[in-house]
Order: sequence, then C-alpha cells, then structure tokens
Amino acid sequence: MTNFFKRWVVFVGLLVVWQVVTVYTDDPFFPPPSDIGEAAYKLWLSGPPDKLFLTDVVYDDVLDSLTRLLGGWAIAAVVGISIGIALGRSRTALEYTGPVLTFMRSIPPPALVPVFMLLFKIGSFMQLATIVFGILWPILLNTIDGARTVDATKVETSKVFRVPRVQWVLGVVLPSAAPKIFAGLRVSLSLSLVLMVVSELVGTDNGIGAQLLLAQREFDYANMWAGIVLLGVIGYVLNSLLLVAERRVLGWQPKQEHSKPAQLATV
Amino acid sequence: MRALTRGVLGVVGFLILWELFGRFGFVSAQYLPPPSVVFGELGKLLGDEQFLRDVIATVLSLLIAVGVAVGIAVPLGLLLGSVPAVRYATRAVVEFLRPIPSVATIPLAIMLIGIGPETKISLAVYAAIWPILFNTIYALDELDPLLVETAKVFGTGRVGVMFSVALPSALPFVFTGIRLAATTALVVLVSVELLLGGSPGLGQFIMVARSGAGRMDLVLAGTVVAGVLGYLLNEGLERAQQRWFGWDTAIGGRS
Repeated sequence: MTNFFKRWVVFVGLLVVWQVVTVYTDDPFFPPPSDIGEAAYKLWLSGPPDKLFLTDVVYDDVLDSLTRLLGGWAIAAVVGISIGIALGRSRTALEYTGPVLTFMRSIPPPALVPVFMLLFKIGSFMQLATIVFGILWPILLNTIDGARTVDATKVETSKVFRVPRVQWVLGVVLPSAAPKIFAGLRVSLSLSLVLMVVSELVGTDNGIGAQLLLAQREFDYANMWAGIVLLGVIGYVLNSLLLVAERRVLGWQPKQEHSKPAQLATV
Repeated sequence: MRALTRGVLGVVGFLILWELFGRFGFVSAQYLPPPSVVFGELGKLLGDEQFLRDVIATVLSLLIAVGVAVGIAVPLGLLLGSVPAVRYATRAVVEFLRPIPSVATIPLAIMLIGIGPETKISLAVYAAIWPILFNTIYALDELDPLLVETAKVFGTGRVGVMFSVALPSALPFVFTGIRLAATTALVVLVSVELLLGGSPGLGQFIMVARSGAGRMDLVLAGTVVAGVLGYLLNEGLERAQQRWFGWDTAIGGRS
C-alpha cells in the first residue's frame, strides 16, 4: 500500500514538474499536460449523453482501431495455437516446416506492408493482414515450444489410459503448453499495437495512427500528444487485462513457470 | 542429417508452391512475382552498390541503436534493480512509458529531431531500452544471496559487490535482453525507414521500389534481405549466448 502510494505520489509529482516546466518554457512542441488533458477531453469525452459522452471520433477512429487490433490478435491466436500444437506434437512436420517458419519470423513485419497494400488494397483488410502476419510468429513458435515439451510422465500416462485424441489435445497438451502460449500472447499484444499504428500511418485516414499524423500535419501538438498518451493507455490496459486473465488461467501452475519476465519485449 | 534434408525439402516445397501460385494466376504475377523472378532480381541487387549501401546503412544504424540502448539501459537497470526505493518510485513512470509504441512517437520525433538518420536511431533506442532494462532488473532480483553474503564476508564493499558479483551473474539475462532488443530495434528501424524515408536504408529501398515503379519483385527481394538480416541477427546472438554463457544453467528469458 505504501509502495502504491509512493509510486503515485512520484507520478503526480513528475506531472506537476512537467506542467510547471512546460508553462514556463512555453515551447509549442511541448504543450503542458493540462492542455493535453483538455485536448483529450475535447477529442474523445465531450460527446452527447445518449452516446455515453463519447464523441464521434471515439466511435469512428478509436473503436475501429481497437476492433482491428483485437480482431487481428484473436485470429493470430486461434491460427497460431492450433497450428502450433499440431506442429509441436509432430516431430516430422516440424522438421519439414521449421526452416521456413524461422525465416518468416525473421522478416520485420513492417517490411511486408507494401506487399499487403498491393495484395489487399488499402483498407481494413490490409491492416488486419499486417497485424495477423506480424504477430502470428511469437504465438506460433511459443506454442510449438510448449506443446513439444509436455512432461514425459503425462504423455505415457495418457497413452496407458488410452485417452481419446480430443481429450489428449485439450486436456493434456493445451494446459501444459499454456504458460508458453501466454508468453507468446503477451509479446504479440504489444507488437499488434505497433503494427496497428504502422498500418494506419500509411495511406488511410481512419484510426488512431491516422489521427496522430493528421494532428502533426496541422501543427495541433496538444492533439498529437493526446493521441500518444491514448496509445500508451490502451497498451497498459490491454496488458493488465491479459495479466489478470493469465493469473486466472495459470493459477494452478507452479509459480516460477510463468513469472519469468522473459516476455518483456516491447516494441 | 535427416532433419536437415527435411528442412531443405520444406523450403523447396514452399518455393514451388509460391512459384505455382504466381504461374497459375491465383494472384497476378505483377502483385506477387514468383520466386524465380524475385531471386533473379535479388542476385542482381547483391551486385548493386547503391543497394548494398542501403543495407549497410540499416545495419550500422542498428549497431549504433543497440549500443546506445545498452549504454543507457544496463546502468539504469543496475540502479533500479539494486535500490528498491528508486524502483518503486519510478515504477508508475516506467509502466506508463513502456506501452507507448515507439512508432506512435514518429510524428513527435519528426518535429523534434527532423527526418535524418538520427530520428530512426532515436526511436530504435527507445524501443530497445525496455527489454534490456527489464531483464537487467529481473537478473538482480534473481541474484543468489549466498554469493552476495560470501563476498561481503570477504570484505567486499557495496560497489565491489555490484561489479564483481551482481554484474557477472546478471550477464546472461542482460544478454537475452540485448538479443530481444536487437530484433525489436530492427523492426523499428525498418518501419521508420518505410514510413518516413529521409535516410538511406532497407526500408526506404522497399518503399521507393513500391511507390515509384511498383516493382514488386524489388520489394520482395528487399523483404527477403530484411528477413535474412533478422535471421542472422537472432541466430548469431543466440549462438554467442550459448558460447559465452553456456555455464549458466538457467538462461533467462526467451523471445
């Protein structure tokens, strides 16, 4: 509790310092936090009551961005986990596909944006493709890793009891792979935020990223800062939600397996 | 050896599938040129000085970015990891800064730094700091108290413990952080080059090839080179980690 308190006191303190410094220096690039807050309020929270006080920008841009983000993440999760479990349990299949997968993973996802732009035209579908392709690999490779290393005792016990195939996959392999899968999901969540912004910065006028660019071009720096803060808040909230879910789902796991910070790759 | 054969077969199968995809016109060959065309083009590019310069520019920026990130993140990690008060105090700030995607700050970076190579390097540094910082802090948490106390008994001071006990035992974790940071930095560099242009590099090459003549064969050739770079980076650092830190049984972190 005291640590919590300390933390927020420092946070508020820094905010105050930032406010004082920015008001004092009056640099147009660095508007004071109060201006940013005001801009954020005007942008997103000044709507009519029947729309829950949210503005049209929220419904048009922020919601669209979030839909693409979560949609892409969900698709990548389903595809990555199912293929990952299949490959993880079949050594032969993994040997055939391994090198291709390793190479695909190594491609920096933004490099494929031009390819997707041509294949899918500019629009939601291209953005979704960019996100899915970019974040599939951490999920897929982590799932393979998790599915491959199921405890030998569990494998043999299930064989002895002739556990049916469906139950074997859902009841034994999936839970054993769960910690690694969650690690992959977490990496891909922060990556999906990046790719969402990247895909919105090229040739579209819809979404948080596009709004950010617009604000910069119109020299509306308070709005631009508000957009950056919003992206940080979205990232923070989504990550916290995933952590809560992870703790719920993995509560039964021995502690050290999933408390490793290895998955701290943020882009 | 059999695993290798299968791997090669897998790659060949993938290329044949891609080739057929274009040949039978599922997708226009103009949009997705078959590998025979792409690799032919790639062969030409590798002899092209301008292209090689672009690649070198990206690699150099990457090395600078990772170097600067290490220089900032390791000392900061040691500080935050060994002084709990500072760490709790800064946690809210760190938690707030970390989830901001580096590409979201591109507009900000344009006005503050301009559109030269400094911009992409600064953004890559920002992105690369986090994995190194967190792995360093985590490593100090995992520090064996027995080692620290032994050192203290033998009269080692606080600073001595830091450099002769904490740092060596944290190194494997730090290195994992550096590996993650390097791949992350490459992603950011290529994105910024793509979105911003302004400085020579692989990303800019890809964007110019697309927007100018719509040469998708060049775009894909550039993408293949980017993939090879990413692969070499990750593989090289992984090998180095195994070689230098093979003694460490629990190598911390994974991608």
